[in-house]
Amino acid sequence: MDIKQKIEKANEEAVRRLTSGDPVLVDVAPAGEVIPGLENKMITHSGPPIEWGRMCGAQQGAIIGMVIYEGWAEGPEEARAKLEKGEIRLEPNHHHHAVGPMAGTISPSAPVWVVENRAFGNRAFCRQVEGRQQFGEFSKDALDGLRLWRDIWAPTLREALQKMGGLELNPIIIQALQMGDELHNRHSASSSLFANRMAIAISEADVLKERALPTLQYLAGHNLLFLGLAMACGKAITDPVMDIEYSTIVTAMARNGTDFGIRVSGLGDEWFTAPAPVVDGLFLPGYSADDAGFDMGDSAIAETVGWGAFTIGGAPGILTLVGGTPEEALEYTREMRKITSATHPTYRMPALGFAGTSVGIDIRKVVQTNVSPIIDTAIAHKDPGYPIIGAGLVRAPIECFKQALIAFSQKYNT
Amino acid sequence: MAIGFVIRKNQYYDSVFLMGVNKRLSQNKGVLQTAVLMASEKNKQLLADIGIYGDQIVTAKPNDLIVAVIAETPQVVDTVLGGLDQALLALEEKVLVSLLHTLNDGLAKKPHANLAVLTIPGEYVFREARKALDAGLSLFIFSSNVPVEEERKLKELAAEKKLLVMGPDCGTSILGGVGIGFSNIINRGAFGVIGPSGTGLQEFTCQIHNAGFGISHAIGTGSHDLSDEIGGITSFQALDALEADPQTKVIAIIAKPPGRKTLERLIARFKLCGKPVVSCFLGARMDSFEGGEALTWTTTIDDAVLAAIQHVGEKPTAIRIELTHQERELASKSRADWAPEQRFLRGLFAGGTFCYQSQQILGEAGIVVHSNAPLDPHYKLADPDRSSEHTLIDMGDETYTLGRPHPMIDGTTRRQRIMSESRDPSVAVLLLDFILGFNASMDPVGELYDAILEAKQMVRQQGGELTIVASICGTKEDPQELDLQERLLREAGVIVFQSNAKAALFCCQLLKHV
Amino acid sequence: MEDKVEDLLQEELVIINMGLRGFAESLEQQEVEVVQVDWIPPAGGDQEMIDILEKLM
Repeated sequence: MDIKQKIEKANEEAVRRLTSGDPVLVDVAPAGEVIPGLENKMITHSGPPIEWGRMCGAQQGAIIGMVIYEGWAEGPEEARAKLEKGEIRLEPNHHHHAVGPMAGTISPSAPVWVVENRAFGNRAFCRQVEGRQQFGEFSKDALDGLRLWRDIWAPTLREALQKMGGLELNPIIIQALQMGDELHNRHSASSSLFANRMAIAISEADVLKERALPTLQYLAGHNLLFLGLAMACGKAITDPVMDIEYSTIVTAMARNGTDFGIRVSGLGDEWFTAPAPVVDGLFLPGYSADDAGFDMGDSAIAETVGWGAFTIGGAPGILTLVGGTPEEALEYTREMRKITSATHPTYRMPALGFAGTSVGIDIRKVVQTNVSPIIDTAIAHKDPGYPIIGAGLVRAPIECFKQALIAFSQKYNT
Repeated sequence: MAIGFVIRKNQYYDSVFLMGVNKRLSQNKGVLQTAVLMASEKNKQLLADIGIYGDQIVTAKPNDLIVAVIAETPQVVDTVLGGLDQALLALEEKVLVSLLHTLNDGLAKKPHANLAVLTIPGEYVFREARKALDAGLSLFIFSSNVPVEEERKLKELAAEKKLLVMGPDCGTSILGGVGIGFSNIINRGAFGVIGPSGTGLQEFTCQIHNAGFGISHAIGTGSHDLSDEIGGITSFQALDALEADPQTKVIAIIAKPPGRKTLERLIARFKLCGKPVVSCFLGARMDSFEGGEALTWTTTIDDAVLAAIQHVGEKPTAIRIELTHQERELASKSRADWAPEQRFLRGLFAGGTFCYQSQQILGEAGIVVHSNAPLDPHYKLADPDRSSEHTLIDMGDETYTLGRPHPMIDGTTRRQRIMSESRDPSVAVLLLDFILGFNASMDPVGELYDAILEAKQMVRQQGGELTIVASICGTKEDPQELDLQERLLREAGVIVFQSNAKAALFCCQLLKHV
Repeated sequence: MEDKVEDLLQEELVIINMGLRGFAESLEQQEVEVVQVDWIPPAGGDQEMIDILEKLM
């Protein structure tokens, strides 16, 4: 076989793995209990590896928040001092089978969604989604939200899940895609479907009313609830795709607000990075493009498995958030076929005649067509201490794909 | 009767979608009943009611897809279930975005392709063309601006692989009746023709067709092929192929004069050719050649057509186109309406070969002609936008086509130039060409019609008369409707010829006593 | 070696049209088997990338 055939064969295998993922929610557990290698005095974050000094404002703010939340410091100054001295270890989520939205911070006592890919037996983790601390805010109010998750909502969900013996997520994902979710910034359907299932489970688990009611209220009132689950699914689906010799399929796209990084199956755990781009978006009242930080978060794992902006043509409801017309949205979705290897057999979009979602980003196709993956995403402030300020669309920097292609040709000696 | 079912674990589909799939499966011949549904308890009961059950169905979960078939034979059951993936895809929308961007993408769709047609920027031609040759494809390269060094390498490689490279800068070919690029709808017949110029080949093939004959193959070679740098690699290959082609009885070559060395080799080759050869080297002096028995030299396309036709006729006679008596009368009559200051001819051409041939014919009549693409460099216009005395402009020249559509496709630049020329009181005659066929403007006359009327009107108001002479290159079968185009021209008061050479000869007659 | 030029004049043409769609359309009108390739400059014209892609796809 010549190298081209080897690549084709490897990519077929990559696509087979990508499209046969069977994610099941098995637990909601404190990160320190379940995430391999997450030690005490350690916080994991979104994007490729980065040291404290190079982190953007929002990510620094979010980490300060986590340090205070864990009780490793009394206030922001003390937290900052410890971080500057390197007393707290910082590592990427992706190095621990985990992902997190926006700043993506995970610390040992914070409960995470635990999703098992039953087709391959691997587990992946994602923190819960909220609109304040993960965007860099570290006020007492913002951190109280984390505490409610840790003390009330997460333990309740855990109890219910244990009682029901896990929840298959593909049915929710498939239905939600057909109900106008794109599973990155629009989760109205998936969150409702999930809440319905959990409401029954919570009832069946005989949880005390003073914990059950606020948890049900949390589930019912959280439009982006399912994002954390979708991300954990994405990570659980892509991890088995890593390390296929000769495969040019992307296994991760992640940003930390400073760098944008990708990983490629045939290139193992190496990151290929370029400066994180500016997000073209809409802003909440009181904020403008001048306040915006650069692209941030592990949530592009959604696009890596073919959701998010890859599926935006099937999710016209998202357009109010990111701007644009339904026709443009369809164009984005169709365009992504140029750079992917297959369409998904069961993830389908009614708006496109039940076409399968495009999966398996091929770095060769990205470079060849000069078409970069498109991502829809939220926007954080450039400085620490703010909640979400907007949302929009962004293209992955083509540089990452070019670097990866160079590394690929070197590794495989062509 | 046979029953069968498959279960797809964890493949959830919307029920509306599955109803569509069910309908398609049930349309298979020999099918009695189908059921396509998710394995909910209610649906399992439904299946049991129509006689479909099994342990696998009992254990199936609501997220599992069940497809069951009851058919006349087990073969039908297998066929239907085997085609399930296809049925699940059948709703997929027609792909609106092209996903084919590379030669390999094209080859994947048509692995047995034998020709690649390239209209891509010149700087990319070499790489793509070489890939095509490596894949065993011959080439038609419309693109221009390919370095001559690259052209030679491509042609040498092709010759080695016994493949043909038509181009770069090749506008027209007709292979086995298939017109590629700018070509007319031409009867098939006994005449094979080779040439570097697209419009030259179009004029030759149209005239052969309009004379009631046909073309076996017209092989475009690209405009540089007969230069000494390239040495006519494609032309020689085309000659070999036409000589071997059983349909071809006469071979014609239509070109500007080749490079000196190439010409010598061509003449030697012609002499060895087993079939009659008619050559037309535009702008060359007839007496500079010496041919053999089977070789006829001409210097206009019309003469080449006559000579070629005579080769299949009874007996060769002298060949030279002439104006009829009526045409000469018409010239005198037209001239009588001119105002005293009207003296000059302005030719505005879409076809470069027509500009060239017209210069040659006018030159032979002793009329000095200026041009942006002159036969004699001495008469090159300093500014192509400013005509001087008798002037013929190649409107397809780079000056006019850089970033703008070619006048064969869009009449805008010619329309503007017609207006500016007619404002010049010294202008008496406009000479135009109209080219029909595939890929040309769908209404070439219509695009210039208003400008022609207005120009004539303007000159009339000044007390003169603008004589407009035009040639149409096309056949009745062409999509533009030759008859309609011709009628429009005549209605506008234009004197129309079905040959550029004749139109140019007519201009000579018009200017004779000026 | 068989002479593919002579063959080209005898065989049915099967054409890959790279570039102008009009050329493919006129071939379709003549009922010729043709596939349209919407050619774009590979890798946006980045020569280093083009060289690598040549080997990998």
